[in-house]
Amino acid sequence: MRHEVRFSGFGGQGIILSAVILGRAAVMHDNKFAVQTQVYGPEARGGASMSAVIIDDAPILYPKVANPDIYVIMSQEGFEKYGAGADEKAVMLVDSTLVFSRPKCRCIEIPATREAKQTLGRDIVANIVMLGALVASTHVVSEAALEKAILDSVPKGTEALNQKAMKKGIELAAGG
Amino acid sequence: MTRTEFWQGNTACAEGALAAGCRFFGGYPITPSTEVAEHMAVKLPKRNGVFIQMEDEIAGIASVIGASWTGARAMTATSGPGFSLMMENIGYAAMTETPCVIVNVQRGGPSTGQPTMGAQGDMMQCRFGSHGDYSVIALCPASVQEMYDLTAKAFNLADKYRVPVFLMADEIVGHMREKIIIPDSIMNVPRRELIKGVLPFKPDNDLVPGFPQFGKGYGVHVTGLTHDERGYPCATNPKLHETLVMRLVEKIESARHGIADYDILNPGAEQVFIAYGAPVRTVQQLMHDHPDKNIGFLRLRTVWPFAEQALNKFKNVRRFLVPEMNLGQIAREIERHVKVPVMPLPKLGGDLHTPAELFAALEAQS
Repeated sequence: MRHEVRFSGFGGQGIILSAVILGRAAVMHDNKFAVQTQVYGPEARGGASMSAVIIDDAPILYPKVANPDIYVIMSQEGFEKYGAGADEKAVMLVDSTLVFSRPKCRCIEIPATREAKQTLGRDIVANIVMLGALVASTHVVSEAALEKAILDSVPKGTEALNQKAMKKGIELAAGG
Repeated sequence: MTRTEFWQGNTACAEGALAAGCRFFGGYPITPSTEVAEHMAVKLPKRNGVFIQMEDEIAGIASVIGASWTGARAMTATSGPGFSLMMENIGYAAMTETPCVIVNVQRGGPSTGQPTMGAQGDMMQCRFGSHGDYSVIALCPASVQEMYDLTAKAFNLADKYRVPVFLMADEIVGHMREKIIIPDSIMNVPRRELIKGVLPFKPDNDLVPGFPQFGKGYGVHVTGLTHDERGYPCATNPKLHETLVMRLVEKIESARHGIADYDILNPGAEQVFIAYGAPVRTVQQLMHDHPDKNIGFLRLRTVWPFAEQALNKFKNVRRFLVPEMNLGQIAREIERHVKVPVMPLPKLGGDLHTPAELFAALEAQS
């Protein structure tokens, strides 16, 4: 089963890292195939950032995402640029703290930035909250694989915080 | 025991170089090749190697040539603007028969162009970019796996033929991450040593001279001037110059069958795609999606020297279709070897050809 997942937000939210973690979970811990690509400009922060992952049971030939079936959108500009044209059959997770528009497709609202800030004390882990919610609601990779890939990828000393962020995302997806 | 990784193409390139025994990197970081330099800067000092960030790309390739003459496997990595700066010393490497590996993660040009977008616009520059006549070897990876495998292979070819070898990647392959299987070990072919008593630029039967070992008793003169077999300048003897330049060309061109690396699919097809680098992936997808269409495919990993012998394998071909992320640089090379029409499918701007675009080309007036 092929899934095409597109992440968008602003530079600095960890949009590219989110895609890398998801791809890593699929390849290293779920024994699937994945390709991760990105679009970025010369800016270091700000601007709309986009990253994509294709996950498949078979080797992936064409490496670019053409028609995503899953979206994770974390900024209004990201929605306008990379989310507004979503296919009606797609599913979109939005960070409802920062995205005001809603797509025509099925939409799952996750107040990731608010929860990251208020409950976890660090808005920087909002992307991990979104990853937890993504996996809980779509099962593109297993929760165990996601957790391992997060622990592989985050800076030393932040493992517990990121695990909590993932769990929070899973909880929010179940509640929504 | 092989191991699996989820790596970026540029990381795989650097790791392939390390596995091949590369112990020197000299260069100047430039998007979209920077991760190769970053990775080498972290890893080389831990492996008794040397990483130097030079003042520019001219000095970068110069340091690589110097390191190679000490016996080290040496490389640099760059992109368009840096590649242009390297051209003078690439000719020097060709003339002095210095083994070295030059990675070009191609981006949109001319000039500074599109730093973060993919292209294949330097395919002719890598073949003909420095002045004078010479030949080189150029490899084109289409996956993260091949960024590893072909970088390692490039070092063996450089040492075997004493020639600059180019890994002509592109932003798409350089920056994407995908599954890669790391082999236990890779085959490293050692540099052929110069036999004692033989002049340093006297070629063996394969037209390649042995390499003098640094610090082992040879006094070798290395010059970009036309030189005799001793290595001494001899720049006004027409016959000597002709013989030397012909040898630099022939040592590569006469070995094209051995250097060639390509796959042939559906040799009986009437319509045949030819691709290298990232567009290979689009052709593979097209063939997967349309198994009924009997699409032929010549998939090149070596672009230079051009594997013209492979073109004859398609006995029923009515036309060749050549998707490239440039205005048809290799299509023109193909055209001069075949009698059937060659249809360039150029794409500029940084996006990869889509399968739908190639399908439309296949259906058009066929």
